[in-house]
Amino acid sequence: MIAAGENKTVEKKISQQEKNVLLEAQHLKKYFPIKEGMFKKNKRYVRAVDNISLKIFEGETFSLVGESGSGKSTLGRALLRLQEPTDGRLFFQGEEITSLGKKEMREIRKDMQVIYQDPFGSLNPRMKVSDIIGEPFEINRQKSGKEKDKKVCELLELVGLDPERRNRYPHEFSGGQRQRIGIARAIALNPKFILADEAVSALDVSVQAQVVNLMKDLQDQLGLTYLFIAHGLNIVRHISDRVGVMYLGHLVEVGEVEEMYERPAHPYTSALISTNPTPDPRAKREKVVLKGEIPSPSNPPSGCRFHTRCPLATERCRKETPKLTPLAEGRKVACHYPLI
Amino acid sequence: MTGLLNVNNLSVDFKTDSGKIKAIEDVSFQVKPGETVCIVGESGSGKSVTSLAIMRLLEFENGEISNGEILFKEEDLARKTQDEMSNIRGNDISIIFQEPMTALNPVFTIGRQLMEGIQHHQKVSKQDAEKKAKELLGLVGINDIEDRMYQYPHELSGGMRQRVMIAIALACDPKLLIADEPTTALDVTIESQILTLLNELKEKTNMSIILITHDMGVAAEIADKIVVMYAGKIVEQGSVYQLFDEPTHPYTKGLLKSIPQDKGPRLKRLYSIQGTIPSLTQLPKGCRFHPRCEFATEKCLQEEPPLLKANEREVACWNYEDVIKKEVKQT
Repeated sequence: MIAAGENKTVEKKISQQEKNVLLEAQHLKKYFPIKEGMFKKNKRYVRAVDNISLKIFEGETFSLVGESGSGKSTLGRALLRLQEPTDGRLFFQGEEITSLGKKEMREIRKDMQVIYQDPFGSLNPRMKVSDIIGEPFEINRQKSGKEKDKKVCELLELVGLDPERRNRYPHEFSGGQRQRIGIARAIALNPKFILADEAVSALDVSVQAQVVNLMKDLQDQLGLTYLFIAHGLNIVRHISDRVGVMYLGHLVEVGEVEEMYERPAHPYTSALISTNPTPDPRAKREKVVLKGEIPSPSNPPSGCRFHTRCPLATERCRKETPKLTPLAEGRKVACHYPLI
Repeated sequence: MTGLLNVNNLSVDFKTDSGKIKAIEDVSFQVKPGETVCIVGESGSGKSVTSLAIMRLLEFENGEISNGEILFKEEDLARKTQDEMSNIRGNDISIIFQEPMTALNPVFTIGRQLMEGIQHHQKVSKQDAEKKAKELLGLVGINDIEDRMYQYPHELSGGMRQRVMIAIALACDPKLLIADEPTTALDVTIESQILTLLNELKEKTNMSIILITHDMGVAAEIADKIVVMYAGKIVEQGSVYQLFDEPTHPYTKGLLKSIPQDKGPRLKRLYSIQGTIPSLTQLPKGCRFHPRCEFATEKCLQEEPPLLKANEREVACWNYEDVIKKEVKQT
């Protein structure tokens, strides 16, 4: 009872201070146990998300970037409780959702939807497109029959597909079209928040541009908030308002996208941006070539996790883990020796 | 000047239940010694088919060369038997693929897979093969070579596996290395390492590289020459500078325009080429690009444009003069 009372006051504080925070994570952790030894006792953990706090504001596009194994997808899934966080607290629209039951969570999930990377794997090949897009209504017992059919047609038109083709199967559509179907399904219930996990990474450039434009249009029309997970840095720069850079389960830098690309503060951000291939054959940029590869998250380095690959690492970096601290307007960095 | 590789009027058919499909048609290009040629295009453009045709690996995928020649050191690979080809593959011409996990055999150690290639093509003792294998691992920038030799592919990361693949491909000092999307599955940091490695190896050995990619950024970084393919045909080819400075085919122009920029002001909307690449079974009449082209005229609907010399490169477009002059419209 006491705990519940405390929660309420915290909730109130949050909703009063920042009205426009849509999603907030406080000290979020997601550990995966590694079972080993004769009796499969848990000895170690993969710290995929390690003590991350962040806020996503209403109507913005927040992107997560980082190499594979940095924990960006796990963070995305943990934020929606698609994967139960090990520790930490989650707030959605000012309300704590960390320990909500299945039923209550289902209600909230109407407002949080996901678009996945693989437009081939994420649509059931045995279902007609109309059933795929209509399924959210079925599950939430919202619409049926003609009303549902009408809504499906509206949604198809909204994402630029011909409603006449609603009785076809996914394999009859191209990759880009399938991704549009995935988007139509995600916006069916009028959500506030969409997690787009590598949603455009598998598409060809010309198709990618079409889908990105569609996502931006829908954001304007429907007031959507996006959490965009991607490894293509140019597309992130185009679509985002703010970016979070992840390295081995830590958030190492957060900031406004253009400023951050212009003047990165963390050596890792700087390296990521400089190694990004530029569509300009004359660009002979100073490349910060990173030594080696991202270490295994089951056995991360001591101190700053980036010190093994960092060109600027000192003794302090090997011992002391830097905290994510505010640097300038809207920028936070976790580095003992930030570049700006 | 003759090239190391001259592909002339190459066409490839695939046998399917619904008849023959022309996967690539009338493809001609040249690779000079020490040159890096990038074949760029979207999925379904025929870029991988072209590389498989050069390696004569098509036969295993139900494809056949229906026309044209592949002159490698003045010998026509298209006329060779598979037995003759197996002496050329891995020896004079090597190929690396996108997914290094599936390309390596999971049940053999790295060392054994490296030595297998060396011993197959060269008459050397086991000791010499082992020595050569270790040299190769060093060449591609792998540390702890003694340990790595006895590890299995699953014990290595994606970037390491791609390095091993490159080492295997280089085992017999090939004159030509074909790399089919070698960095697509890798992170940007590792991609940059691999591209740097390929460039260094090219300098050291003077081999030629054909790199297949869908990423104009990668092409800009590594290519001397770019071949742009669309729906089975070459639409434009020229030096990397010619193509980036003044794209002359509307498709090249659109492709470059739809890449989000990494600096400068951000656009509200990305330029996008309308529509999608047509299926090879339902190719439009006339120019294959005309349904998506904003420069299309009556002639484009009727007649297919040939690949001709224009604006100091080769381009297949009836209206290229317009394309150079006008900006593409923002949709």
